[in-house]
Amino acid sequence: MKISMFHLMPHRELPADFEKKYDSVWVDLPWSELADAGRVGQYYNWTLDELVYADQMGMDGVCVNEHHQNAYGFMPSPNLMGSVLARQTKNAALVQMGSTLPATNPPQRVAEEYAMLDCISGGRLVAGMPLGSSPDINFCFGIPPLEQRERFREAHDLIIQAWTRKDVFSFNGKYSQLRYVNTWPKPIQTPHPPVWVPGSGSLSTWDFTAKHDYCYCYLSYFGNNLAKKVLDGFWERMDQLGKDRNPYRTGFLQLVVVSETDASAEREYAEHIKYFYDKSLHIAPWFFFAPGHIDYKSLVRSTKTTLDAINKLAEERKNWKYKDYVDNQFVIGGSPQSVADQLEEATRKLRIGNLMVLLHIGSMSHELTKKNINLFAKEVLPKVHDIWDDEGWENHWWPKKLLKQPAVAAKR
Amino acid sequence: MATTVTQKELKVKAFNDLIETHVALAGSGPPVVFLHGAGGLTWDPFLDDLAAKFTVYAPYHPGTAGDPDAVRQLRGLWDLVLYYYELFDKLGLRSPAVVGHSFGGMVAAELAATNPDRVSKLVLLCPIGLWRDDHPVQDWMGMKPENLYKLVFYEPEGPLAKQMTALPTETDAKHDAIIKMTWALATTGTFVWPIPDKGLNRRMHRITAPALIVWGKHDRLVPPIYAQEFASRLKKSQIAMIDKAAHVPQLEQRQQVSKLVADFLRG
Repeated sequence: MKISMFHLMPHRELPADFEKKYDSVWVDLPWSELADAGRVGQYYNWTLDELVYADQMGMDGVCVNEHHQNAYGFMPSPNLMGSVLARQTKNAALVQMGSTLPATNPPQRVAEEYAMLDCISGGRLVAGMPLGSSPDINFCFGIPPLEQRERFREAHDLIIQAWTRKDVFSFNGKYSQLRYVNTWPKPIQTPHPPVWVPGSGSLSTWDFTAKHDYCYCYLSYFGNNLAKKVLDGFWERMDQLGKDRNPYRTGFLQLVVVSETDASAEREYAEHIKYFYDKSLHIAPWFFFAPGHIDYKSLVRSTKTTLDAINKLAEERKNWKYKDYVDNQFVIGGSPQSVADQLEEATRKLRIGNLMVLLHIGSMSHELTKKNINLFAKEVLPKVHDIWDDEGWENHWWPKKLLKQPAVAAKR
Repeated sequence: MATTVTQKELKVKAFNDLIETHVALAGSGPPVVFLHGAGGLTWDPFLDDLAAKFTVYAPYHPGTAGDPDAVRQLRGLWDLVLYYYELFDKLGLRSPAVVGHSFGGMVAAELAATNPDRVSKLVLLCPIGLWRDDHPVQDWMGMKPENLYKLVFYEPEGPLAKQMTALPTETDAKHDAIIKMTWALATTGTFVWPIPDKGLNRRMHRITAPALIVWGKHDRLVPPIYAQEFASRLKKSQIAMIDKAAHVPQLEQRQQVSKLVADFLRG
């Protein structure tokens, strides 16, 4: 299994009454009341240091993503972070999860910047191609929700052609009309870097990733129990489409906190987990899904099958304590052995080959984050690294040059 | 809302037959086209009043009845306008009067501006379509529902507001209502996202149809100051500001507005 550290780069010091005072952590949150540029510079540097440390400690990859106008995670340009990481990391894959295609105009910019990252890092890029969230794409960046998926697909086609075609070509799209596409540079990896597509469980994204043989990543903060239903659906769909059950075909994000013992984990991380779910995820429902952000079929399905459950869960969650988050597997936490056991069960249950772990959560300090990374990399990673090895699958969705390296952290 | 008039529903193909439009039809007399707002079409007592004196054609915006993806055949506002001309042709309407509410008001004005021969009279009920930085049209697609009701209704707690916003208690019906409303906002919103100013300002001078502009004095979604913005760009227009009404004056002060509209259309 490949295990990468994911970072959101959140605001780490929101006030105690934040969620009472403000309607939404995203879109219309006033910067001037809540943030200070000098302090935020510190957050960026901590974030970069933490990801570089993850590389040094032997994590397989480092993940950054793109979000706008919020205190939940504000790397508006994942590729600026990626360019620092391309220089400062040595062995980790750069998992850019990534530039949001519908909001990058013209989309060759993604092809160019990703190719730059691949060149600078010597072929270590994983090219995430996200559709982008509704708050970002629709509310912050003004793209009509009904156009979002179509723009995504068109941008994807353009980027792949920009990387793989040897000729100078014209691209006559609905959203991008380009007379001369002649991307410089091209990526090192051929025919192009592995593509990961993050999704939230919609059928059309499963079909898209299957069609192109990409890695489908289910990014959820609600843990592996709830993800089971989604990923069971994913694997059934792969069966129907005649795709194999290669676990590396999927990725999953899990919140993980490690300490010396289960008790000390609770002591150290409880407040940060509460902060994350109460403050970082304090997203106004009216900014979460603009009408049309999900297509009609998915709208019907999600309204009829999950809407009431989600509302009910949101109500219940208000009173949750650390133990509830761990018991319900939103967070995997505890001693190294207990985290390794839970992770193994979760990854086998979901059939995940590319695991992303959120090791900085909400208000965690730089020091505590380093401790979490250290314990995870030293004591958990070696226990779960070889989970799929006995099945003999090849990971087609990982930079080839990194597959040849010894996989176990302890060897480095 | 109890309605009294019997409606028929037509299904008409237009735009190179790519879009099958559902059209609610009722009444007799001269033709009037009613274009609904962003929330979708509900046949209401105001339409009953209109149908008592006119033949009312109320098309469902593409995607809000029949094939939900029909709207994707239209690439933008220009296509939407051409589609409506073809729909008018199929309905045998050369130059009907057009009444439009909110989003439908903007579409009505666009129809009258692009080809002024296709609209004989124009009734604009709190239309969107213009923009002032100092009085922004509020974001009806990104707002807490309770806050939206306060902008839209003169009496947000009153019986009309309750009737128009209450969800069914039965689960399936409730889900259907949420889906219907969400998709109506999606399919209309795609023509005006994220700011409902798509150039009508530069086209309105072409409109020749006499226009009646109706606004609730307490409209906080599209502030009444826009009544003057519309009137100042039209050759022949009159403004009716309605007391004790906000963004749905035709239902909040139905008798008054129905009479105003009927008198204008017959005059």
